[in-house]
Amino acid sequence: MKASYGTLKDDITNILKKPFDRHRQENHETFWALKDVTFDVNPGEIFGVVGKNGSGKSTLLKILSRIVDPTAGTVKMNGRVASLLEVGTGFHPELTGRENIFFNGSMIGMSRQEIRKRFKEIVEFSEVEKFLDTPVKFYSSGMYVRLAFSVAAHLEPEILLLDEVLAVGDAAFQKKSLNKIVSTMESGCTVLMVSHGAENLLKLCKSGILLSNGKVKSMGPIDKVLLDYTGMRPLQLDPHSTKLQEVEIHYSHVKKSDRLTTNSAFEAEVEFSLKEPLPNCLINFFAEDSAGRFALHNRQDFKQFGKKGRYKIVMKLPRLSLRPGGYSTWFRFVAKKKYGEYALDSDRVVIQVDGKQELQSIVDIPAEWHSEALAKPEPHAKR
Amino acid sequence: MRSLSKETIITPSVQSKLNLRELWLFRELFYFFAWRDIKVRYKQTALGAGWAILQPLLAAIIFTVFFNRVAKINSGAANIPYPIFAYLGLMYWNAFSTAVNTISNSLLSNSGVLTKIYFPRLIPPLAATALSVVDFFFAAIVFFVIMLGYRVIPGVEGLALVIPSLLLLMVAALGIGLFFAALNVKYRDVRSALPFIIQIGFFVTPVIYPISYIPERFQPYAYLNPAAGAITSVKEGLFHQPVNWQGLLTSWIVAIFMLIVGLWYFKRTEKNFADII
Repeated sequence: MKASYGTLKDDITNILKKPFDRHRQENHETFWALKDVTFDVNPGEIFGVVGKNGSGKSTLLKILSRIVDPTAGTVKMNGRVASLLEVGTGFHPELTGRENIFFNGSMIGMSRQEIRKRFKEIVEFSEVEKFLDTPVKFYSSGMYVRLAFSVAAHLEPEILLLDEVLAVGDAAFQKKSLNKIVSTMESGCTVLMVSHGAENLLKLCKSGILLSNGKVKSMGPIDKVLLDYTGMRPLQLDPHSTKLQEVEIHYSHVKKSDRLTTNSAFEAEVEFSLKEPLPNCLINFFAEDSAGRFALHNRQDFKQFGKKGRYKIVMKLPRLSLRPGGYSTWFRFVAKKKYGEYALDSDRVVIQVDGKQELQSIVDIPAEWHSEALAKPEPHAKR
Repeated sequence: MRSLSKETIITPSVQSKLNLRELWLFRELFYFFAWRDIKVRYKQTALGAGWAILQPLLAAIIFTVFFNRVAKINSGAANIPYPIFAYLGLMYWNAFSTAVNTISNSLLSNSGVLTKIYFPRLIPPLAATALSVVDFFFAAIVFFVIMLGYRVIPGVEGLALVIPSLLLLMVAALGIGLFFAALNVKYRDVRSALPFIIQIGFFVTPVIYPISYIPERFQPYAYLNPAAGAITSVKEGLFHQPVNWQGLLTSWIVAIFMLIVGLWYFKRTEKNFADII
């Protein structure tokens, strides 16, 4: 695929210089953005595409979106295709939000009727009702992006192609967008998504493909592909992202005594059932103070859960050692598997430690103090 | 809704076919592109519709002062007040030159969406004619007001030719515009040549002077310029002169030929637009 523009003057000059140069055409560098890329995606599947910048991911989506033509090969797609390569494509700064919804919506594939039907939802989702009739050039970048994404999010295609569009807006909006995409996916839509964010891919995709220099380097279950891509296990910044499926926690519980103080004995228990044997499990107990700092972290390996069934774990502390205040406590089950760590958190139990705030530290650990008198200092020599 | 059938098959091909069915499916988008261009133009300029009227009007005044009074160019056999004569020609020529310019720029100015969303590439150029037509409409209203003001009664044949002549100009403009739009994508230096070519066209075409000013033996060749046929036929029709139907026919044939060539070149290079833009 050639990708360049030139000037007519140059081309004519070249012809005049070497009118019989048969190799003139071949002097252009041939660069294969994609080579021998073959894969199948089943209906309803959510398929991830990863790779470094320049590996051909965007080109792949462009071919599937019919924006560029393949030099060789065939693509077959069954169903209404919608592609989101960029958010806000076609937005014109002079048009109002309302006008842009129609123009952009029409461009990405909605009929006027569909746009009118979903207009209210689109506006609500974007949270720009007040400014709907102001030209978009006056919008903040956040508003712009929210509106653009909102239009795109209300398409209802059978096949959806996404190119890194989930990284728009602030954290709250990203979360909302993710949920919206998830509900679209749950309605049975087939999705192909390109993303740099490993967490999103793990959360959403079942399988995927790794592209490197235009070629398929790896294909299969998403955690395998991500492992090949990053060379390391998926990071556990948010353990909820790789949910431990085998465990179902019923409740976690702190033994209520009359009053919890720094010196009290403390007991917490968690009851759970295992759908599958879990022979290698690390169970953590956390306590977090009101400022979000970890105050307690205790853990224990358990190798005895070789059978399915219901179990109870009890954790005892002879002395709580926490300074007075409120704390949020929970259990976390962690299992190390072939492609990464999987975790599950229990619900939180809030405890109140009574007493007077006397110390600066979160934990109150008894110490031994000892004093002794040292020898008198030598008097100064008299001059 | 937008896919032609439930199944989409993409294969490499050298040249895309003129897919009229697809264009019909995307007709709403065509409407939106035209609507957007018109809305933006009328929002951005302080005068909006006024601009469409002022341009031919001011030009007519200037030409009247310099060409009519000073250089003694007049309406020839039509024998009508020069301002009307000039305004009519300018009204049509403006529509034509605006159309050629906007059509040839339509791909580059929409490069953003062309590289991100799929739609038939013919839509931006086709929609670009809409703005010229709307401008013409406003200018034409003013024209008829001026005519009444000068108490010139329009000829029936002329009235019948008003819209067909516009159509003729648009067909020619599309032919030229499509060709240059496609050429512009690949060769960026061509862009600066077009205004110059249009300028020459203006003086070569009998816009502000009657066709009788061209030596008689060359007159038939003048009709090879579709704009000449369009403008001259309306002038003849409106101002009670015999209409040169043969000349008009020549212009139509040339215009249709231009459209076919422009369309052919456009379709041939269409595949590469998104790559090169």
